[in-house]
Amino acid sequence: MRAARPAACSSVPLVLALSVALAAAPALAQDVRVEAARKEGKVVWYTSLALSSAERVAKLFEAAYPGITVEVQRTGSERILQRVMQELQANLRLVDVIHTSDAGHFVLLKEKKHLLRYTPAGADALAPGFKDRDGYYYGLRATVNVIAYNTKIVTAAEAPKTWKDLLDPKWKGRLVTAHPGYSGVIATHVLALAQLHGWDYWKQLAQNRVMLVQSAVDPAGVVASGERPVAVDGGDYTFYQTKKKGNPVEIVYPKEGVPLVVSPTAIAAWAPHPNAAKLFTDFTFSRELQQVLADSEGLYTGHPEVRYPADKPRLSDLKLLQIDPEELQKRNEEIKKRFVEFFGA
Amino acid sequence: MERSLPVWVLAALALVLLMALPLGWLGYVSLGGEDGATLAHYRQVFTDGALRQALWNTVVLAFWVGLASLAIGAPMAWLAARTDLPGPRLIRGLILASFVTPPFLGAFAWVMLAGPNAGLLNKLYRSLTGAEGPLLNVFGMPGLIFVVTIYTFPYVFIMIANTLELIPSDVEEAAAMLGASRLRVALSVTLPMVLPAILSGFILAVLQALALFGSPAILALPAGFHTVTTQIWALFQYPPKVEMAAAFSVPLLLATALLLTLQKRLLGRRGYAAIGGKGGRRRRIPLGPWRLPALAACLGVLACSIFLPYAILAKAAFARAWAQPLTADNLTLANVAFTFQQGSTRSAILNTLELGVLTACVGAGLAALLAYVINRKLIPGHQALAFLTLAPVAIPGVVLAVALFVTYTRPPLLLYGSLTILFIAYLTKELPVGYAQSDATFKGVHPELEEAGRILGAGRLRVLGEITAPLARSGIIATWCFVFIGVIRELSASIILFTPNTKVISVVIFDLKEEGEFGAIAVLGLFMLLMTFAAVLVVQTLLGRDFVGGKE
Repeated sequence: MRAARPAACSSVPLVLALSVALAAAPALAQDVRVEAARKEGKVVWYTSLALSSAERVAKLFEAAYPGITVEVQRTGSERILQRVMQELQANLRLVDVIHTSDAGHFVLLKEKKHLLRYTPAGADALAPGFKDRDGYYYGLRATVNVIAYNTKIVTAAEAPKTWKDLLDPKWKGRLVTAHPGYSGVIATHVLALAQLHGWDYWKQLAQNRVMLVQSAVDPAGVVASGERPVAVDGGDYTFYQTKKKGNPVEIVYPKEGVPLVVSPTAIAAWAPHPNAAKLFTDFTFSRELQQVLADSEGLYTGHPEVRYPADKPRLSDLKLLQIDPEELQKRNEEIKKRFVEFFGA
Repeated sequence: MERSLPVWVLAALALVLLMALPLGWLGYVSLGGEDGATLAHYRQVFTDGALRQALWNTVVLAFWVGLASLAIGAPMAWLAARTDLPGPRLIRGLILASFVTPPFLGAFAWVMLAGPNAGLLNKLYRSLTGAEGPLLNVFGMPGLIFVVTIYTFPYVFIMIANTLELIPSDVEEAAAMLGASRLRVALSVTLPMVLPAILSGFILAVLQALALFGSPAILALPAGFHTVTTQIWALFQYPPKVEMAAAFSVPLLLATALLLTLQKRLLGRRGYAAIGGKGGRRRRIPLGPWRLPALAACLGVLACSIFLPYAILAKAAFARAWAQPLTADNLTLANVAFTFQQGSTRSAILNTLELGVLTACVGAGLAALLAYVINRKLIPGHQALAFLTLAPVAIPGVVLAVALFVTYTRPPLLLYGSLTILFIAYLTKELPVGYAQSDATFKGVHPELEEAGRILGAGRLRVLGEITAPLARSGIIATWCFVFIGVIRELSASIILFTPNTKVISVVIFDLKEEGEFGAIAVLGLFMLLMTFAAVLVVQTLLGRDFVGGKE
């Protein structure tokens, strides 16, 4: 097909760079690993990374390791957990690599002994918030929840500056939120703001008749189309990408602080393709791939050498609201329940 | 003793297993407790405020959809069947198109048309009138009722149009000659004769609305409310509450069963000899100056269900930004490329085709076999068999899925995760449609031809293969296509039964919807419509020839 996505074309030099970088690793051991992975033929990746981004990562891996395909199964974090548990209950072992944006999931999966203890190459150097102390899961990427608005409908002066500004009745019928029953980014966000401003914040926000969408990716599209001019949450990288494509979207980093969402990745204890899973996991933590996540996706990472686009704020310049994964796990059901209670569905 | 008896008995047994096993498990699980049977899940379901609200929302939705479908479908049926409305074939063709359009695709298209702010119709309205507010708001109960209705009214239309075509005009004319006014004729002669059809059309529409999953998921959830179907689906979220989902399925099941019984009664005591099939002329009532306005009204309805949604889907499929004008630099093939390059799309298309073909083959075969057995009264209890074959009509897709899920996620039949569980779901769901079609086919093949074969010494199976089957062929192929169309659009059962390896197109579309990938959804939606209309074309050609052949 003619209209290949521009990213696919520009990825050729990158793949070369990646292969060179990987070839630099101790050659023999690497060959054995790749051969074992190639025999397995594929790796099944349950991921909550936005579909186009996940497809891009998969294509890069497939180009670097011909003969091993990545089966991308993209859905929301909470749906991924549901799928994994539902499949386990029916004795199905389908998934190799699990990647969601709800760190609490990994506490749960580790506790239930569903994870393989594996330290990806180079993961030791990751920033502190990106590592499980027992070595079962590592943060592949991070994003922060932000407010975003449509610049054609809302002026910069009018735009909400803080989370609490969103409670103003003038926004009634003009807001959109994603759903903690679907998205781990949002589940984290709901808890973070409940800790910051109390559950009353959410109760009041619901009074503004907020449109409910599912994925944390979706508010960006809703705001860009103008269906609702202001998003009350959503990962900053999705708004960043939407803005980069020329849509009239502007991002606000509220002063009270922005909830940081670190999205871990881990290999299933029973992974049907364990070698391919390890190879893939290593690949995703390579400096080159982490740099791709930062450049073309606008994500943050835990990799110390990654450089960020000039038009994105540094994580260190933001006031971050941190959530303890164990707390998130414990209160998972409560978060969803309260949200549904306030917003109706 | 007939030698072929074991074949018939086996078919009957398969049917019982197909139906009774899952429903048995559904009931069992809904009553299951830590220590013995309990009504706790039912108590929970009916005391939970949110669940009760979902139940009420469904009642409201179904009632209004039934009424609105009647208000649209009945006049259109009358116009098409009894008046000199211009272009009746076109109107019927378009109504058939509304009938086969997957309602969730329609709902999705209407988000782009009538989203209160970005919806194109609202933008147009605002730019024309300078108004601030929207003309239409598709999110919410009224919007949901509207969108469901425009894809449900064909049920009412078909029901009433078919009846109207069987009523000869002479009764009406007799009344008119005796001095009754037109209104009086309509109210006291025509109406009583079509009343059963009207009521049963209403019930069919209500049943449709009760069972839908996709449209409420797309239009009700963003507005912050659930219906029973979306709520059942939500109960599968981690930590799953399967027992509650099972218990919550039972009221829906009972409601549909009740409504169907009612409908059967209504149609059963038809009692008016006038509606007897052959004989009697039907004269078309001249509309006079009302011809064109009537046509415009019909086309207006069909614009809502066909023209506008299809146009916006086509636009979204080939635009970078669906909400922006379709200028040269907004045109792109990237959506098409993105959609078909994705691994999960490709395997979903293959799965859908495989399931569609397999279910259609087995379904058409089984339906033909059952219709044959029942029509020719080959085994004792054939009436019970007919009932069992038609019974799945009463099971909404979501409920069937819950039942199959609890049945086949545990030993000895671990089918969850395979295409087989979807195949069983589709087969069960489509059997009534297939049976109804086959039944009509076999009623048209006179037994005397078979008897001739039997007298010449052929066994029943040989007669079936060499005499009956060739005669019934086009009818059976039509059944095949009906089942195929039903399968490729199925969402409400698939959404609960799929696993990553067994995704079908409708599930991929739903996934993409949750992520807001409008372009890709439009591409896949159009692809699905293409497959549907290919199948429709086959049916039309086959049955069309059949009709002509029958009249010669």
